[in-house]
Amino acid sequence: MSERLDVKKTYKLVVNGAFPRSESGRSYEVMTADGKFLANVAQASRKDLREAVVAARSAQVKWWNATAYNRGQVMYRWAEMAEGRRAELVEHVQLAEGVKKSEAQRSVARAIDRIVWYAGWTDKATQVLGGANPVAGPFFNFSLPIPSGVIGVIAPQESSLEGFVEAVAAPICVGNAVVALASERRPTPAVVLAEMTATADFPGGVLNVLTGCTSELAPHLATHEDVDGLDVSGGAELGDELALLAAGSIKRVYRPRVNDVGNSLRRLRTFVETSTVWHTIGQ
Amino acid sequence: MLVPAVISVPAIHNEDELRRFVRSFSGVDAVGVESRVAKLGTRSLKKSTKMSAIDMAISMVDLTTLEGSDTEGRVTSLCTKARRPDPSDLAVPSVAAVCVYPDLVAHARHVLGDATVAVASVATAFPSGRASRNVKLLDVADAVGAGAHEVDMVIDRGAFLAGRWGQVFDEIVAVKAACGGAHLKVILETGELVTYDNVKRASWIAMLAGADFIKTSTGKVGVNATLPVALVMLEAARDFAEQTGQMVGVKVAGGIRTTKDALKYLVVVNETVGASWLTPEYFRFGASSLLNDLLMQRRKQRTGAYVRPDEFSGD
Repeated sequence: MSERLDVKKTYKLVVNGAFPRSESGRSYEVMTADGKFLANVAQASRKDLREAVVAARSAQVKWWNATAYNRGQVMYRWAEMAEGRRAELVEHVQLAEGVKKSEAQRSVARAIDRIVWYAGWTDKATQVLGGANPVAGPFFNFSLPIPSGVIGVIAPQESSLEGFVEAVAAPICVGNAVVALASERRPTPAVVLAEMTATADFPGGVLNVLTGCTSELAPHLATHEDVDGLDVSGGAELGDELALLAAGSIKRVYRPRVNDVGNSLRRLRTFVETSTVWHTIGQ
Repeated sequence: MLVPAVISVPAIHNEDELRRFVRSFSGVDAVGVESRVAKLGTRSLKKSTKMSAIDMAISMVDLTTLEGSDTEGRVTSLCTKARRPDPSDLAVPSVAAVCVYPDLVAHARHVLGDATVAVASVATAFPSGRASRNVKLLDVADAVGAGAHEVDMVIDRGAFLAGRWGQVFDEIVAVKAACGGAHLKVILETGELVTYDNVKRASWIAMLAGADFIKTSTGKVGVNATLPVALVMLEAARDFAEQTGQMVGVKVAGGIRTTKDALKYLVVVNETVGASWLTPEYFRFGASSLLNDLLMQRRKQRTGAYVRPDEFSGD
């Protein structure tokens, strides 16, 4: 009997709930941390980015129209899916980041817990970020957080899974849709995790993940007028340029700080707008 | 029924002769047509070409609203947009025409005043064409009387599919007469004609009967304009022009929403019938949402940044 052939995986983009190759037909080689060939990964073009933004824009409406409770369930289900494929994620993190298996296991566990944490925030962010305002009249006056819309995320380059989860789960949990550029050299854990959104009942397009050259794609994401917010965590090498480009279309910009603390709501706060409503007191 | 003989089209006096002539065409190679348009669709256009192609496509748009819910207000905003598609950029050309139902023609004319934008009206019991000839002719007279520059008629697909080609021919002739000076566009509704051979035959019948334009679809059935159908119609128009010396325009309508699609059509036109058809006089897009996408891509080419869709007004 002949030896079984390997079934190699080519990592595709995640756009609109589907897994297309790049429109450009390009792909690039991704190496493990110790320099061995790991996989061929689709190299997205700016046209893929444009398609992803269109998908995110229409998905955001459906996502925000779902109840907060339902969004929490869907995000929790994403964590369930990830839990079921933990071993695979651990292997990817280990290869991509070159860490020991035990460290990779801890990292994946933290990433999954983080999804659960944000799943919990879906129906609590309103209470914490919003509130009732005192007014001199027979009215209720509420300030409520509503999602900014479509958020561009340049995921951290080093932390391939945890950093990615932190950057995408926060905007998603408050009702945004996301177009994320995965870590350029370490994209596979993010792609595997994003694939799981397809079986977690997200409307297609809530999380779109592009792989490819960050310096090529990030400026287009920053200048795209139909993107409402930008997380520049993984764009350090592009410096302040991205924030400047984003200013052209008045985006909310999240920039990492040196002493960022864990369990921070800063990302949630960044990617919401405040809507204030008046309502008469009854009787 | 009389078609005078020209170079290689014999004189046609009755339905039998029409049938014999139209039947004499060679069949359309469906596989060949589809692979040819697939190939042409992959042509890449470089930046300056794309810019001029976008402007060309804008100038070829028949900005259309054909809904039961149309109001005068809606037509007013449509006409305003037709004159000046992008108010922030005076270099953007006006569209070719607005296309409305007959009862709104007078209003559209009033709003457009002396603008270069033409007013087109659908007529002849659009979109089904299911009415007696008298009713259809009254419909046309109504539209023309209200000031329509162009009339979009539908052919009787029932008669065509049943083989009563003479009836289809005579009806087009009668409508053409009722149009007076107005341009006549004949809608073949290719989505209902089933085969490419039928599209080719219907194109010829319409052109022989005096159509100024042949148009793919009403936009009201499941299958609208497609590239292969456009190719078949363009080739028919080319052959007709070669044999009679008369150029007939082609209008593609329905389902064309993106700049990318529109540019593919322009490539097919250029490669099939040549650049002489690349003017609003001989090629049109019947569309509504296409215009906004063209404007978005135009601005993207100019500024380098992708544009927010709500930068441009809905129609």
